[in-house]
Amino acid sequence: MTAAQKTAALTIERLRMSIGGHDVLHGVDLTLEAGRVHGLAGESGSGKTMTGLAVLGLLPHGSRASGRIAFGGRDLLEMPARELNEVRGAKIAMVFQDPATSLHPMLTVERQLTEHMRHHLGIGRKEARERAAGLLAKVRIPGPEEALKRYPHQFSGGMRQRIAIAVALACEPEVLIADEPTTALDVTVQAGILRLLRGLCDDLGLAVLLVTHDLGVMSAVADEVSVMKDGLVVETGPRGQVLREPRHPYTRSLLDALPVPPGENSP
Amino acid sequence: MTMPLTGPLLSVEDLVVEHRTPGRPVVRAVAGTGLHVAAGEVVGLVGESGCGKSTLARAVCGLHGAASGRILIGGHPVTPLGLRRRDPALTGVQMVFQDPYSSLNPRRRVGAQIADGLRTAGDTTTSPADLLERVGLPRAFAGRYPHEFSGGQRQRVAIARALAARPSLLIGDEPISALDASAQAQVARLMRDLAVESGAGLLFISHDLSVVRLIADRIAVMYLGKVVETGPTAEVWADPKHPYTRALLAAIPSPDGAGVLPAELPGDVPDPADPPAGCRFHPRCPFVMDVCREREPLGGSAQFGPVACWLHEPEPSSPS
Repeated sequence: MTAAQKTAALTIERLRMSIGGHDVLHGVDLTLEAGRVHGLAGESGSGKTMTGLAVLGLLPHGSRASGRIAFGGRDLLEMPARELNEVRGAKIAMVFQDPATSLHPMLTVERQLTEHMRHHLGIGRKEARERAAGLLAKVRIPGPEEALKRYPHQFSGGMRQRIAIAVALACEPEVLIADEPTTALDVTVQAGILRLLRGLCDDLGLAVLLVTHDLGVMSAVADEVSVMKDGLVVETGPRGQVLREPRHPYTRSLLDALPVPPGENSP
Repeated sequence: MTMPLTGPLLSVEDLVVEHRTPGRPVVRAVAGTGLHVAAGEVVGLVGESGCGKSTLARAVCGLHGAASGRILIGGHPVTPLGLRRRDPALTGVQMVFQDPYSSLNPRRRVGAQIADGLRTAGDTTTSPADLLERVGLPRAFAGRYPHEFSGGQRQRVAIARALAARPSLLIGDEPISALDASAQAQVARLMRDLAVESGAGLLFISHDLSVVRLIADRIAVMYLGKVVETGPTAEVWADPKHPYTRALLAAIPSPDGAGVLPAELPGDVPDPADPPAGCRFHPRCPFVMDVCREREPLGGSAQFGPVACWLHEPEPSSPS
């Protein structure tokens, strides 16, 4: 057991996982640092999302995980469910791909923003409401007071994702796991969300794990980039190095597969 | 723009499509716009969600009635789809829908569904298996049901079904957005190749600009119910004229490892039930001028060329 590094907010060591006897992760190592965005790239099925879910202890039925996920000096994989419930949603939060399904359609924004806040932080309804309005302002929802009374369907996709991010930030987490947070959005809206994520990471000192298959998104916001293939991290390094001078042939093939036509003419 | 002299395969002129819901204001999803597709040409229609791309495509298919304006397919006006048999002149328009999980009938074998298309075209020599082969699936798959296929394979089946009817115009309404990232470029290329090979026109709707760039000959950019810029793909890409096109292209993050955050286009798309006066883009436009707030630049009309913007107002003397 190595002691956690000083700057590391969360360390994943030799994480292995199998679902029904079928190995999904074969020993993943990742380190998230406070105030840094760590990008996790790879094709579908490479285990990106599973790695993110494992950190939150949201593993599918019939799966077994081994290795170590060190957070605050403790191993999340060993933690009893009761204690894990204290951590997830409060210290470690998650933003999902599709804001249309990750928000509850029948609850007001206020209810979704305050429920976990009151549970985790033990604060009153009024205080929670005030904090909720502050959070909406932070993620730049126009008219936060009014917005609290509305339902998710009354917002556009980009606004919904901002609300989902506000929900994740409500309990002032140290680690944010964003699983394809912009894949369901238009490019113009995506640009806004990426700027928001980057700003929150810098201002609040969040450690962000950004799971995405889009290398453009990766290049825009990630400080460190890890590339996954078949349940293994094949390459990790600073953004510039991984995307410009990839060492692993798989990373190179991912970059070569990007739809960027070589010349002026369409193919 | 050079238009083929024979006349375009699809020509949409001043089309207005409205969504009416009782108790709500009328939404003009398509607000008087034009579009042309020539035979053998691939036109990419791009724009943010809610700009009316899909409504335009559905109107071209006859799935939505037009409030005003004209849609001509090879000279025939398109009438809304009804219970009666479709005018044979219009069965040449075939559509591939966004979600292959709901566009195929789960209770029929895919071969039978493809055979529907062949029957429409009166084709007695081609078998469904031939079409499966053309879209890159094994011939034996004709006896399978949709649930036995992956998303990418299902979309191939949907393409095979559309091709079976021998379309002169194939429409893809976000045909790749429900697919895995690795399958998207493949399916888009397949649609292009098959359409061009058979001499049909392809209207490809997508919000994924990088894929449209890959397959389209011409690109049409739509904003809030109107086409604001059209042009050859490479030209638009290299030198976007309309401020909206510029913003759209600037928002695409480039995978160069430089860590440059893409430019953000401030604001949301305005409510199409209550569009801003003057140019529809003016509240979000970084180059807004007084004239933009008052008068609307009418794209595609005689006055404005392929770019509907006051910054690119054509010289009154040279209408080219």
